[in-house]
Amino acid sequence: MHEVTFLGAIREAIGEEMRRDPSVFVLGEDVGVYGGAFKVTDGFYKEFGAQRVIDTPISESAIVGVAIGAAIKGMRPIAEMQFMDFISCGFDQIVNEAATYRYRYGGNLSVPMVVRGPSGGNVHGGLFHSQSREAWFTQVAGLKVVMPATAYDAKGLLKASIRDNNPVIFFEHKYLYRRVKETIPDDDYIVPLGKARIASEGTDLTIITWGAMVQHCLSAAELLEEDALNVEVIDLRTLLPLDKTTILESVKKTNRAMIVYEAPRTGGYGGEIAAILAEEAFEYLDAPVVRVASVDAHVPFSPPLEKYYLPNVTDIVESARKLAKY
Amino acid sequence: MDVKTNASRRKGGADERVSGGEAAQSRRELLAGLYYQLWRVRHFEDSVARLNKQGKILGGVYSGRGQEAIVVGTVFGLRRDDMIAPVHRDIGAFLVKGMSARLVMAQIMARESAPSRGKDSWTHTGDIEIGIIGSTSMLASSMPIAVGAGLAARMQGMDSVVVSFFGEGSTARGDFHEALNFAGIHKAPCVWVCENNQYAYSTPTHLESPVPFYKRGEAYGMPSLAIDGNDVLTVYETTMQAVERARRGEGGTVIECVTYRMEGHSEADQATYRDRAEVEEWRKKDPILRLRSHMLANGFTEEELPEPAPSIIDEVRDAIDWATRSPLPDGRQAVEDIYDESAGVTHWASPYPNYVRIPWLGR
Ligand SMILES: Cc1ncc(C[n+]2csc(CCOP(=O)(O)OP(=O)(O)O)c2C)c(N)n1
Ligand SMILES: [Mg+2]
Repeated sequence: MHEVTFLGAIREAIGEEMRRDPSVFVLGEDVGVYGGAFKVTDGFYKEFGAQRVIDTPISESAIVGVAIGAAIKGMRPIAEMQFMDFISCGFDQIVNEAATYRYRYGGNLSVPMVVRGPSGGNVHGGLFHSQSREAWFTQVAGLKVVMPATAYDAKGLLKASIRDNNPVIFFEHKYLYRRVKETIPDDDYIVPLGKARIASEGTDLTIITWGAMVQHCLSAAELLEEDALNVEVIDLRTLLPLDKTTILESVKKTNRAMIVYEAPRTGGYGGEIAAILAEEAFEYLDAPVVRVASVDAHVPFSPPLEKYYLPNVTDIVESARKLAKY
Repeated sequence: MDVKTNASRRKGGADERVSGGEAAQSRRELLAGLYYQLWRVRHFEDSVARLNKQGKILGGVYSGRGQEAIVVGTVFGLRRDDMIAPVHRDIGAFLVKGMSARLVMAQIMARESAPSRGKDSWTHTGDIEIGIIGSTSMLASSMPIAVGAGLAARMQGMDSVVVSFFGEGSTARGDFHEALNFAGIHKAPCVWVCENNQYAYSTPTHLESPVPFYKRGEAYGMPSLAIDGNDVLTVYETTMQAVERARRGEGGTVIECVTYRMEGHSEADQATYRDRAEVEEWRKKDPILRLRSHMLANGFTEEELPEPAPSIIDEVRDAIDWATRSPLPDGRQAVEDIYDESAGVTHWASPYPNYVRIPWLGR
């Protein structure tokens, strides 16, 4: 066992996979000599050389496209977006190219690649360094969408993503990068995609969440214990494919559900989960399904604005109390 | 004549269409005006860097130190109705185009009184009234927008020009190429100013482009050239020629201004990836020093060339005081300014009612 930050866990996952499998390589802006804007690939250029650690021009569309080209030719590229906000500049390559290859090839081709990078707010990053865009990609068949909440999961899920034969969009919440420290195993392990985790067991109410909001929900669950409210927190880990079984089992047990996410409320992934609960667990629900999310705006810069924008522990606690009383 | 700031000159209410360059009656006044603006930008940015070290600024700070001749040389000669599309390293362009130091400082300090009302920081805002089209973080994404603004001016019967800025690294983005192609086809009245400061974050130029940056313009049918970006007079004269050409309807020009980023990419970057000797070499080519020695050799005295003028120190101090005293926005304003729900169609009205249609636009 050893101690590692969230960011360190990601670095370990990439490094170990590159050592294990010569077809794994990384590409992105400033990932080489500099080791990446957040130092995720620090030291890789020295260890693996310029051929497997490619410093790219500022060309998100080409970064993704080049990764796709290499993937269909048998490599396992890991493309870094310096910030996940800039993934919009590579959008077409992801949703129209990467996602559709296998379909168009009648199942005869796979695109084993990862697009990863820092996402999320609460770091005074302003409109273009704070976005949570995971929901954009959940509507695209052929992609997998992953968003870890712990260092253990960050490493295990990223390894699973690299070994997966499909394009995986891997969102790393930058707020967690250096704030999360955990002791994780030294041995090789993976966390399978598509399997949610019960972060905290409970019987009265289910909170479904992912990313940095998991920590908020666990704090809220602790506070709610004082109200004698026993909250179950589900960390989705993977949004696509979604682990419906874990969600449904939990809600059938607690009869109350709340979804907490950092993206704007409207059109967020919470709506999809609420719809699934309405369709498949209606008879079990004692109360309406509730969403706690960011307000429908851009992620603002000035601290009071960003504070208002983001969901916080108090929002979660208050909504949970209301829901419990319903 | 007041060459201090475009803003103060404009408030004087004289001909709004006169640029800093035209207002300068003589070469002497032109030099004095450029010198003043160079120092104004430098002192402002140095003050921002100091505030940042004191923890009074939360967002990213992208210093244009050493590159001031570009924002000053290109913007000084523009008219009020001309437009600029500055990017992250061009905070100085906001000042030269006429946004008050108070407003720029409030913007950086995320105040309610700022142009973006705290919604975002740095250059992510603008003021269309004085022709400032801000940028997002998405590099080169403002370039197609510059084309649209230039074509709109033409549709409106004006001969305004747009100066669009971009780092050399940003020429790798598709939006750069799409914008230049579009502009080339339509002879859009845009001048393309490439700030080649040798690096894109940590990436050196040979990993950014296989050809010299200015050459890219040739592919889109535009005259394209590289100039000494640390020589403000060269920048000024070259840009003005390009601006006049665009004004005549002859289309755009790509101007690569060769310069050097004296600081790290942002305040968080120690820039250990580059050679100290290289930095020292460029320090000698400092644009202010360059203009200063030129002026001293051409009849100016030491007393006429303060470093910087007391009025600049006052202006920046006042801006900091004002911004510091300005309140932060109220949290609930996060959901404001998203849609314009005002009724009716907004009709464009010329701010220059007597403005004559340009003959070559007779079609
Ligand atoms: C589309 C996009 N990709 C990546 C970034 C991150 N980024 C910000 S500035 C920068 C380097 C820009 O280099 P250059 O265009 O040469 O301008 P300079 O910073 O040198 O003035 C990078 C990679 C971004 N802002 N937008
Ligand atoms: Mg550059």
